[in-house]
Order: sequence, then structure tokens, then C-alpha cells
Amino acid sequence: MRWVLILLVTFALLAPAARALAVQPDEMLPDPALEARARALSKELRCMVCQNQSIDDSDAPLARDLRILVREHLRAGETDQQVLDFLIARYGEFVLLRPRFSPHTVLLWLTPLGVLVIGALGIAMSARRQRKSEGNLTASEEARLAEILQRKDS
Amino acid sequence: MIGELGHYALVLALGLALVQSCVPILGARRNDPVLMAVASPIAVAQFAFVAIAFAALIECYVRSDFSLVNVFENSHSAKPLIYKITGVWGNHEGSMLLWVFILSLFGALVGAFGRNLPARLKASVLAVQSWIAAAFYVFILITSNPFLRIADAPLEGRDLNPILQDPGLAIHPPLLYSGYVGLSISFSFAIAALIEGRIDAAWARWVRPWTLLAWIFLTLGIAMGSYWAYYTLGWGGWWYWDPVENASFMPWLAATALLHSALVMEKRNALKVWTILLAIIAFSLSLVGTFLVRSGVLTSVHTFANDPARGIFILAILVLFIGGALLLFAWRAPLLKQGGLFAPISREGALVLNNLLLVSACGTVLVGTLYPLALEALSGEKISVGAPFFNATFAPLFVPLLIAVPFGPLLAWKRGDLLGVAQRLTYAAAIAAVAAAVTFAMEGGGSPLVPFAIGLALFVMTGALTELAERTGLFKVPLATALARAKGLPRSTWGAALAHFGLGIALLGIIGETQWGVERIAELKPGQSITIRRYNVQFDDVTTRQGPNYRELAAHFTVRHHGEIIGVMEPAKRDFPSRQTATTQTALMTLGFSQIYLSLGEAKPDGVIALRLYYKPLVLLIWLGPIAMAMGGVLSLSDRRLRVGAPKPARSKVALAPAE
Repeated sequence: MRWVLILLVTFALLAPAARALAVQPDEMLPDPALEARARALSKELRCMVCQNQSIDDSDAPLARDLRILVREHLRAGETDQQVLDFLIARYGEFVLLRPRFSPHTVLLWLTPLGVLVIGALGIAMSARRQRKSEGNLTASEEARLAEILQRKDS
Repeated sequence: MIGELGHYALVLALGLALVQSCVPILGARRNDPVLMAVASPIAVAQFAFVAIAFAALIECYVRSDFSLVNVFENSHSAKPLIYKITGVWGNHEGSMLLWVFILSLFGALVGAFGRNLPARLKASVLAVQSWIAAAFYVFILITSNPFLRIADAPLEGRDLNPILQDPGLAIHPPLLYSGYVGLSISFSFAIAALIEGRIDAAWARWVRPWTLLAWIFLTLGIAMGSYWAYYTLGWGGWWYWDPVENASFMPWLAATALLHSALVMEKRNALKVWTILLAIIAFSLSLVGTFLVRSGVLTSVHTFANDPARGIFILAILVLFIGGALLLFAWRAPLLKQGGLFAPISREGALVLNNLLLVSACGTVLVGTLYPLALEALSGEKISVGAPFFNATFAPLFVPLLIAVPFGPLLAWKRGDLLGVAQRLTYAAAIAAVAAAVTFAMEGGGSPLVPFAIGLALFVMTGALTELAERTGLFKVPLATALARAKGLPRSTWGAALAHFGLGIALLGIIGETQWGVERIAELKPGQSITIRRYNVQFDDVTTRQGPNYRELAAHFTVRHHGEIIGVMEPAKRDFPSRQTATTQTALMTLGFSQIYLSLGEAKPDGVIALRLYYKPLVLLIWLGPIAMAMGGVLSLSDRRLRVGAPKPARSKVALAPAE
């Protein structure tokens, strides 16, 4: 456990010290259209040594390497999808900030629609139940009525 | 000595909390007024002792008493006084103490001012409040005690993380915690109602102002945190969908839903069971947020605590309270009587739609935040869920909500006339359409989403104004009559309109910043300049300065507009020798609602400096929107109607005090 602590402290000390600009002037491509594509791609890619930062935002050395890698591939004439495929093959799904739709992300992607549909169904059902019970007594009222009637009888 | 005093006071507060946890609720069960009356004075005393503990810790920081581990690890004698004080909650132990300080303050407020609450309800509420307090006192005393001593006191402390040495730390956590903890009151009321097995409109009248107060703090706290991140982190972003941000955003979404459903309950005595559930969910999400941030389960930009023992303890608190509350809900909720029928097209219907969309959005954020953790724990697979995912899923849920916002307040209760409301919104829709068309023309093609979003923002804003115009009869009756009616409108109406207007403002800012922002990354020699939009920014020179506890390299820039000097900008880099870390100080120049944003990169020995320059159109609206929303909340809170049988607005001022 001790080395974990030392590692953490070292990271905590080093990380802010390395703070500089994310995208450096010398990395940028001369072609503005290609550079724009590189920036858009960079925003979709995770800096894997950071927490929840895209390589576009991060000033970690690894992020810089990835930014340069993305630009090299774009310059070689690859499409955005080819660049992404290459990076996934090399680093795994973890590199994508927007996970692909696949069996293990089904739940994730279906959540917004799922909650919406289940919620809407719930609302419709409770509205129907309520309209049906309009004018009827609830179970507890029914019980109370029975109790009062019984008391009268005795 | 002062440290021991604080420690002792905290233990006493725990003792009082334990008494308050059982005696009043026993009194409520036995209908014994003496036992029930115990709750209020104990709640006040409990707050007094936590306040003593909190003050003691502050005093130790001010005195730089490095014999306390917590002070040694997080303070430095050369630190400016304000950061000595704010440093108290710039670390795990201190921030937990702030958490219970605010919790006990809210409990004491209910105890001291809740005279017109039914005695049994009040006793139950204060008891439940004390369960939460007791759990967190134990947590602090066992795993996170800020009053622990070091045998041989060091001469100098390790200093506070320089990124946190910012006025933002003075405001952001107290606001956010007031919001989180404020929701505990709604939670306690919900649990008390479930224990009592009854609930009525008076309950809603009590819960709504507390929820509103918590919501105001949350709104301001989140906006403040966003602005802090914007100017501190140096790459111009203002929302990262970081798990820690999500942790504060989820309770906000739930609290917003709760505000609206409590309205239905208060006015129409409907949606009772749902409102109770939502009150439980809102505070549960606050606890989840506390767990995510404090346990170190996700190490993110914000996290500065890392200890599994704490994580497991908070997880236990989480399971106990959320699980217990939901079990109680499942058991007792069927006893609560539903009432107040309404047609689907009605004000109630609109508020149900609001709740449905907000809860879906909240669920999306929750699943998106926890999914990578759960997937890794279950299958070992690692995936990332970041900003692109949230942007893609969140927007489709929020767009229908925003379209519905202007309709809601114009619909009648019970049964509304959608066509009639649509007719009354003609002007608002026309203004929105014109704005969208103008945007489209100015953009010269491009994505149709931008004009649509601009139109939507203006529809929300003019829709809010339409409601006011409708209610005062503006343009239909003489101006004097309209003014007289405007004066007579309840403040809650003004508040709601202002809050909805603020939503539109924020949207406008978000579109402006994300769609029309310009970025330049460059390296400049002294004397060289760079142009962004119509502004020319010239790099003059650099100077080095000595601050109280840092060395600073500041660069001077002159900003010109059409050749005329309109100001200077001075971004800097600071070196903190105590922690051997550096921070970037960005320079901001405000031009109307827009800003020029300048942050420094590396300075090379030959005088060349790398920089990141942004022009951010309408960016200030992103935070002015939430401020308008919070102001709307304050207006609504000051409504006379809420004062009947509810906390007086003076109390909200009392609650504001610790945020200063």
C-alpha cells in the first residue's frame, strides 16, 4: 500500500507542475480544414492517464503524443473513422469518450429512452387507475366504514 | 487546547444528536408533548456545539497550529488570511465538518422557527434530521477527525493545494453544501410524513420553501463552480461533465423536479406519493454526490481525498439511508391518499411532463456517471463515458422540456386549452422565428441547429414575458391598470417568470460560447500581436513579481479595437515553492456579455511566449442565467403566501450567513 501512496503523492505534485497549454502551436497542422478535423476528433478521445479529460484539453505528455498521432494519420489521408478504428485497436474502447453501441453499452445508451418510456407508462397507468377509482372508496376507507358499521351493530 | 475543545464539542454534539434521534420520535408515537418538546432546544444546542467545533478548527488554521495533522497538511504560515480560513474546508476532514455545520444549522432553524408546525410532525422531522447528523458525526470522529494531533509539531505546514488558493474556494463549497444539505430537510419531512402516515397541503407549504432555499443554493453553487473552473483551469471550458460536476448536477435536476411537483401538491393536493418519492430521491442523490466526491471512488480533477475506509463508511451511510427510506416508502406510501384529478392537458399535466423529462435527464446523468464503474467492477471491461456522450443524450431530453416551458404557466389548472395557449404565445413564437431566421441569414447556411437553438432560447425568454403580460393585461388594458395589476401579482409569479427567463438567458450564452467562440493558439515575441475577431492583442513584455507565498511571472498585453487601446491584460504563471507547483492565472477582459480570455503557456528563454487566446461571445450569460434563476427563487421565497405556516424570509438570510 505504501508505494501506492508514494505514487499518488508524486502524481499530485507533478501533475499541476506540468500544466501548460493543451494543444501546442508546434503540433498544429498548416491546413485549417485538416486541423479542424483533428481538433474535433481530439475532443472525442480520452487522455488515458487523466481523469475524464479529452486529449484536446489535457496537457499530459501522453495526450500530446496522441494528438500528434491523430494528425499524422489524418495527414496520411485517413478518414475520421479509420483514425478512430486504429486508436481503438491500439488502446481499446477506453480511449473513446462516447462509447460505441454494443452489447455491453446497451443499458447505457437505452437509459434516456428507457426512463422516459417507463415513466410515461407509469404516469398513464396511475392516471387510469385514479380515474377508475374516482368516487369509489379506498381500501382504508372501506375498512374504516366496516369498522363503524360493526360498532353500530354491537 | 483549542483543538481539544473543538474535538470535545463535536463529541458532545454527537451525544445530543443521539438523544434527539430517539426521544422526540418516542414522544410523537406516545403523543407525549414533553418528550416532543425536547427536540427544538436540543437541535439548537447541537448546532451551538458544532459551531464551537468549527470555530475551533478555524482558529487553529488562523493561528497556524501545526500540531494538528489537518492544519499541518493543508496550511502554511505565509498563506494570506483568507486562504487560511477557506483552507479549513479545502480538504476532506474540514469539508465534512462544514457539511455537518450546515446540517445542524438547518436543523436548528427548523427547531427555532418552526413554531407553527404541527408538534408531532416537527418532532419527527427533527428526529430524522438527527439520524443523518449522528451518522455523519460518527463518520467524522472515526475516520476523518480534523482534530488529531502530531506528537512533534512541525515548524511549517505543507500548504493548501495552490489551485484551491482562490476566492472561489471561499464561496463555492459553502453554497454547494448548503444546497446538498438543504435537501435533507425535504428528506426529513418526507420520512416524517411516511412515519406519520399522513400528508396534506400544509406539508407541501412547508417543504416547498425549504426545497426552494436548497435549490437556490445549489443553482448558485453550481454556477459559481462552473465560473471558477472556467477561469482557473485555463482552457476555457465551463462544463466538463466531470463525475464531480455530475454529482452536484443530479441533485439540482431532482430538486428542480421536486419544486414543480410540490407546487402541484400544494395547489391541487395531487401527486402526493410522487412528491414524497422525489424528496427522498433528491437527498439520496446529494448523498450519492457526497459519496462520489468524498470516497475517492473516482479520482478526478476535483478529488482531493483518497481512503477506502472512508469510502466504505460513506457507502454504509448511503445504503442505510437510501435503502431504509425506500423500504419505508414501499411500506407506507400506499397509506397516503391520492387526490386531485386532472386532464392530461392542464397545468398539472405540464408539470408532470416537466418531472418526467427532468427525471429522465437525471437518470441519464446518473447511469452515465456510474456505468463505467459498474461495468469495470462486473466484467473488468474499461470504457469511458465523457462529454460527447452526455451532450448527445442530454440535449434530446432538454429540448422538449424547453419547448414546453412557456406553455406550462399559461395552462389552466385541472383542464387546459392547448390551442388557446398556443394562440397567446403567437408573439413569443414570432419573435423566436425572426431571431432564428436572422441567425440563419447571418450564419450563411451551416447547421440548422444553431438558428433553432437561438429561436428556442428566445421562445423561452419571451414566453416568460408573455405570462407576465397576460396576467397584467399589458397591451390590452390601459398602462396604469396593467401596472396596478403587476403590483398585485403574487411574487411567486414574478419569481417563476424570472427563473424561466433565466433559463433562456443561460441557453443563449451556451449557444454563443460553443458555436461562435474563436480560439487562437500562438507563440509571440515581445512586440508581436495577434488578432481575434476585431480585437488586436499585442504582447509587450514580461515581469516577475513576489507574492505573499508565490513567485509570479506576469505577461503584459495591450488590447486594441480599431487601433484604439481599450485595455491591458495580464495573465500570469505562479510558482508556489511550498508545494513546488505552478498555477496559471488567466486574464479576462469583459466586453458587454462577451469576454476575451487569455492564458499563458510556456515562456521560452528567448522571450517567446506561448499563449491561448479566446474570444467568447455571450459567455457571461451562461452564469447570469443561473443568477437570474436564483433571484427568481428568492422572489418566490419572499412571497407572502409562503410565509403563512412556513419559514419567514428572514430565515433565508440567516441561512445565507455561513456562505459569506
